[in-house]
Amino acid sequence: MDSNIVLSAKGICMTFPGVKALQNVDFNLRKGEIRALMGENGAGKSTLIKCLTGVNKFEAGEIHLDGIDGPVVNRDTLDAQRKGISTVYQEVNLCPNLSVAENLFIGREPMTKFHTVNRRKMNEMAAKLMKDLDLDVDVTQNLEEYSLALQQMIAIARAVDMDCKVLILDEPTSSLDDNEVAKLFVMMRRLREKGVGIMFVTHFLEQVYEVCDGITVLRNGTLVGEYTIDELPRVKLVAAMMGKDFDDLASIKQEGSGDKSKEPLVIDAKGLSHAGTIKPFDLEIHKGEVIGLTGLLGSGRSELARAIYGADRAQTGTLKVKGKEVSIKNPIDAMNLGMGLLPDDRKAEGIIGDLSVRENIILAMQAKQGIFKKIPMAKQIEIADKFIEMLQIKTASRETLIKQLSGGNQQKAILARWLATNPDFLILDEPTRGIDIGTKTEIQKLVLKLADEGKSVMFISSEIEEMLRTCNRMAVLRDGAKVGEISGDDLTQEGVMKAIAGGGK
Amino acid sequence: MKKLKLGGNNILLAITVILFVVMYAGGCIIYADKGFTHLQTFLNVLINNAGLIAVAAGMTCVMLTGGIDISVGSLIAMDCMFLAVGMEHWGMSSPVLMILVLVIGAVFGLVQGYCVAYLEIQPFIVTMAGMFFARGMTAVICKDQVSIVSDKLFTAISNTKISIPFSGYVNKKGIYQTPFIRPTVIVALLVVILVFLMLKYTKFGRSIYAVGGNQVSATLMGLNVKKTKLLTYTLCSLLTSIGGICYCLNTMCGTTTQATGLEMDAISSSVIGGTLLTGGVGNVLGSLVGVLINGTISTLVKSNGKLVSSWANIITAILLCFFILLQAIFAKVKESKKA
Amino acid sequence: MDKVKKITKMKLFLPIFSMILVMMINVIYDIASGNPPFGFFSISVNNGILYGRLIDVLNRGSEVAILAIGMTLVVSASAGTDISVGSVMSLSGGLCCMLLAGYGVTNVSEYAVPLWVGMLAGIAIACVCGLFNGFLVAYMNIQPMVATLILWSAGRAIGLLLCNSNIVYVRVPSFQFFGAYCGIIPTPILIAAVCVAVASIVLKSTALGTYIQSVGINKKASRISGFNSAKIILLCYVICGLCAGIAGLVATCRIYSADTNNIGLNMELDAILAVALGGNSLGGGKFNLAGSIIGAYTIQAITTTLYALGVSSAQAPVFKAIVVILIVVIQSQPVKDYFKKLSAKKAGAKEAA
Repeated sequence: MDSNIVLSAKGICMTFPGVKALQNVDFNLRKGEIRALMGENGAGKSTLIKCLTGVNKFEAGEIHLDGIDGPVVNRDTLDAQRKGISTVYQEVNLCPNLSVAENLFIGREPMTKFHTVNRRKMNEMAAKLMKDLDLDVDVTQNLEEYSLALQQMIAIARAVDMDCKVLILDEPTSSLDDNEVAKLFVMMRRLREKGVGIMFVTHFLEQVYEVCDGITVLRNGTLVGEYTIDELPRVKLVAAMMGKDFDDLASIKQEGSGDKSKEPLVIDAKGLSHAGTIKPFDLEIHKGEVIGLTGLLGSGRSELARAIYGADRAQTGTLKVKGKEVSIKNPIDAMNLGMGLLPDDRKAEGIIGDLSVRENIILAMQAKQGIFKKIPMAKQIEIADKFIEMLQIKTASRETLIKQLSGGNQQKAILARWLATNPDFLILDEPTRGIDIGTKTEIQKLVLKLADEGKSVMFISSEIEEMLRTCNRMAVLRDGAKVGEISGDDLTQEGVMKAIAGGGK
Repeated sequence: MKKLKLGGNNILLAITVILFVVMYAGGCIIYADKGFTHLQTFLNVLINNAGLIAVAAGMTCVMLTGGIDISVGSLIAMDCMFLAVGMEHWGMSSPVLMILVLVIGAVFGLVQGYCVAYLEIQPFIVTMAGMFFARGMTAVICKDQVSIVSDKLFTAISNTKISIPFSGYVNKKGIYQTPFIRPTVIVALLVVILVFLMLKYTKFGRSIYAVGGNQVSATLMGLNVKKTKLLTYTLCSLLTSIGGICYCLNTMCGTTTQATGLEMDAISSSVIGGTLLTGGVGNVLGSLVGVLINGTISTLVKSNGKLVSSWANIITAILLCFFILLQAIFAKVKESKKA
Repeated sequence: MDKVKKITKMKLFLPIFSMILVMMINVIYDIASGNPPFGFFSISVNNGILYGRLIDVLNRGSEVAILAIGMTLVVSASAGTDISVGSVMSLSGGLCCMLLAGYGVTNVSEYAVPLWVGMLAGIAIACVCGLFNGFLVAYMNIQPMVATLILWSAGRAIGLLLCNSNIVYVRVPSFQFFGAYCGIIPTPILIAAVCVAVASIVLKSTALGTYIQSVGINKKASRISGFNSAKIILLCYVICGLCAGIAGLVATCRIYSADTNNIGLNMELDAILAVALGGNSLGGGKFNLAGSIIGAYTIQAITTTLYALGVSSAQAPVFKAIVVILIVVIQSQPVKDYFKKLSAKKAGAKEAA
């Protein structure tokens, strides 16, 4: 193995029941290199990390580590740690109620002759470690006294102290502000100088170009390519992640019914924001308009929608619905104003698993009517049957538990839930994810039909073509903020990619 | 160099200590004529609650892992009945019986711990079953009350007074009373000290805190969470059995209704002493102060003479409510600071 | 094999199976001791009232059945248990008798205040307790078992105080009626039946059941769909308090006195057991009220059977413990996973063969 390479994974294959999560994926990391691992939803990033750290037992491929002869097989995370691969996750995996020193050394504390923990020595070693990494931390204080950014760096310090050769950082900057990100990058560069290889998993484009030496792109479980930072300017990176060959973009006829900007405003949002998820944004949505939100995963699309809907209550700004200023504290307020939200994570926020398909479909409608006005069973059956037919939901019966349906059919049922409430403004967050091509088209046609009927739709999707086919306008998001809008002639694949990728080369 | 930062957890402990001092001082002022200021009053609190102190120490350990053990009262009743019947009906010697009681306690805790740690059943349910079981077994061992009179060693220990050579007083009859404590108090305080040292200085103790702080993190850091929980419940029941022996030395009998509600006292002592119900935070010294507060309330109510003993329960419940709410508010403040 | 699987997956399998098991034990015992084999089921009318072991079970199980209604909802919505119900029973009985007798009086044969005032007060204070519990759980985010711990210890003590630590006797026929007989049927059976009926009607005709289950199964999804989970959880605890109040009054009328030390003692555990035995998951979510009710009577049947077998009331808890452990162990995830693995292996072996 090339002595410059610290980690070499070749041909990794990982299958879960029914799903090929990784197919023939390579990942090579040099000593003293910061390499970004990027990919959209379902690309396989977390699966790859789990294969490298021994959580998943992969079926094919080999991992080689510098200093260890032969292929490396990790039994679990602890084993991987001992061999030199450490992972620091977004949710800091330390114990907030213990001191910094204890967190650094738990499981490997220095002991006294009497088999008790040598606290003095532990504190000394911890203090030295903090000094080496230029962290101003009192190691005797409890971890929770320190900011999340510092906690993350302490987590990294623990990994580093355990002689890690490969440091995997999984979305470390998602909860940090700009100052804290800068501090983190200082530490990462210092580690790079020491020869540690760092895998930096992130969706923040700007950060990748600020601190990384190379990028590995995954898509749908396969390797798109391993590049140096110079080889892959922003637009090419976006194209690689979304699966488009940059030179081969055909323009797709936009089938939406054109400019709706003369229509009355349904939604007029000014300065709405939610701490930690979406920076203040302005957005106007007209009657009968289909507006798309585009951007990479993690750019804040869902968060923007949730801020309008009240799922994550907007903390600043004003919102006018149909001309009247409103204050939305909870989803039910939004629903009563005629809104609906199809969330992107159907398992966590969509399906009520142990209830039947029928109960799931009438759920939002029932919520609008209140506890005492139960929707009569006959009507429930009628509504359920209507939508099972309309959306071609494959289910043994309307009483089948929704958790027994396939993912795509679950999605259809939740979509039915919102259609049943007859909303004036419907937000669809990744409505076609996991759905067969036939139904995808149905849903797109449905969106256009809703627009024709005078309803407004916000369409969030990772697939640019389907948005181009249905949207009159698109708002572009990047790194947690709305950065622009595209309409008219700019509504082409090329135009969208450029807007997502942003400035600089 | 170590700053005693007034973080949320230290504040809770501080409040507890201040509360105790205020209560006791109040008692001294109000009931000075009833002998409240005598050292013996304080020592009596220790004597009467020696068993509870040991139990509270064990309960604190379990609560630190985020769990709870409501079987402790029933386990004590079972232990007492076992001791009583063993000495009176089976003619066994007390040292043997005491060792057997400890073994029973350890096995009891082992089974409960296994169900919680490896079968992943909610601690409340498991220990509720344990409570049922032990309470029922008490009646199975013997349905009636059994008084301990035969065993000379046991009776001797029960009657021993260890004199404290200062702060005596002259009682109404003109006889000088030397303050005293009993061996059970020494045992209880020893338990507290040992548990304190264990929690602070051993790997096991630190892993208890880690498991309670964040179970996922503890696993990722390589700690054996299941084993830690198993040992914690075993330890708790073992300490409960030690408490049971102390309790029996106090009451000198075995009945089926003994120690009902003792689990409540142990839990409230720990909570008042600053142990968070969500786990990860707590101090066995605080639990000791919690027991003292509990005991002081009882003594205050008794000294009053006009108040019925139920008032002690109510006051304890109010205090418990106060501390639970305080903990909840602190937690909310922390959450909002994070976001 | 498939048919067996189908039967075991039926919603009411566990409670009905347990009930049948208990009845069979009774039959076997009867045969063994030379009694008529179906003596358990024999009902006769003596002295103008119904007699029989079956009637006994239905009668004495009334309180647990009523408690089980409220407990089912609480477990479903909040994945927690309300352990204060026994103490709240004692408190409502205590307040009622105290009012009916007048403060400080321990023995009356006529009312100091109208009957309905006393009863209403008893129920009202129970609802207030439910409100207290619900507020702590729903709005202060305190674990249910911890929040209800407060009233678990305070409720009984307050009841004792109200009655001045005495047992207050209300020897008025119209009061005793509620614990005695209505015609030939014991009144508690009727009261329990009415409560169960009202609960079923409410659940059927309003969307309450859907709301509760939705919140219990997936709080986040329920919120997005417009539900206010805090209000629903609060409501469940208030209903549980209400049930405890009714059960407390029934228990008090049965002995026409407020024996605050003993009323409802350990009944919270029976109620929780009833819910678990009814096939409901103690982790919240979907619930089956019928199962809990059957479970409640099954527990009573177990208790009665144990007494018939010569087990004393003090020793009976041992068997309850074993039943509890068996149920929760079977319901536990690791055991479920183990059986899944076993059946997967069998399926694999079948395919290979």
